[in-house]
Amino acid sequence: MADRDDFDRRLQEARARQGLDAAPKERGGLPGGAWGIGFRVGVELVSALVVGLAIGWALDRWLGTGPWLLLLFVVLGAAAGVLNVYRVFMPRRGPR
Amino acid sequence: MAAEGNAIDALSQFELTPVLGVVGASVGFTQSNAHMLLAVGLITALMMWGTAGRAVIPGRLQALAESAYEFVHDMAVGQIGEEGRRFFPFLFSLFMFILFGNLLGLLPYAFTFTSHIAVTFTLAAIVFVLITAVGIAIHGWRWFGYFKPEGLSPALAVLVVPIEIISYLSRPISLSVRLFANMVAGHVMLKVFASFVVMLGTAGFLGFLGAAAPLAINVALVGFEFLVAFLQAYVFAILTSIYLHDAVHLH
Repeated sequence: MADRDDFDRRLQEARARQGLDAAPKERGGLPGGAWGIGFRVGVELVSALVVGLAIGWALDRWLGTGPWLLLLFVVLGAAAGVLNVYRVFMPRRGPR
Repeated sequence: MAAEGNAIDALSQFELTPVLGVVGASVGFTQSNAHMLLAVGLITALMMWGTAGRAVIPGRLQALAESAYEFVHDMAVGQIGEEGRRFFPFLFSLFMFILFGNLLGLLPYAFTFTSHIAVTFTLAAIVFVLITAVGIAIHGWRWFGYFKPEGLSPALAVLVVPIEIISYLSRPISLSVRLFANMVAGHVMLKVFASFVVMLGTAGFLGFLGAAAPLAINVALVGFEFLVAFLQAYVFAILTSIYLHDAVHLH
């Protein structure tokens, strides 16, 4: 099968020379232009904020601690939103 | 309909109406459910008929079925690793269901069931339960270490762990809102520009000429919506596989 392998290799080289094979994309990279990325960042920020808001509100209702846990968890939610956005651009990846 | 009394009614297309007469009304079977069943039927038909011939040189239908299979298979193995094969049936069902839901919604008179947050959040909640269950099933108690990065001082952990937990809990919300908002936005845009066509087209000769502009925009938008339909199904599936990767490998 030596000539077969040789043919595959030469075919691969020829395809690469003609630009027929797109360069392999990095893993975890999501498609989307400026609109897609902007929308994604917005959704990530707001969803984490909503979760923080919901947790703070529920804990306040449960424990009767006034607005304080709500205020705390809104801040934590905003931080989680920034963390989400960070992960969009810097995926947390260990060795496969 | 669209432009009655010079008011643009872009949201009535998302209203649910019972189908199948009295039976449908009594059990709450709406056109949304009917389209879900249609999507499942079409996917099943595509895969069964497409692979029935088992030709070495595939025909059109078999090529479509095979490329859909290989696309999701490559995504599962590429993102999750070799363990991804175990999640391939789930990922394939999820991807095809959303893709067919998005594409069916672009046909005239059809309903887009992915434009309802109830549907997309249910799908995202299934994904969330799955990634949590898989993580705990594989790693046991060590899975909870996911929320605490290694080498973190206890003082900072008090701050970082709640943030990580909120970030984890926000996954199903961002997943469902992204799909739902994209589908709603696209269909509202189509409806608004279609209303412009009707409003201008009935306003004399100059208006008839002017109606060409929103009509041209709508033609471009329909093409764009086909891209969005595919892209959002892909994004949903690839984010699910990234989450599954995290659940299987912990970081």
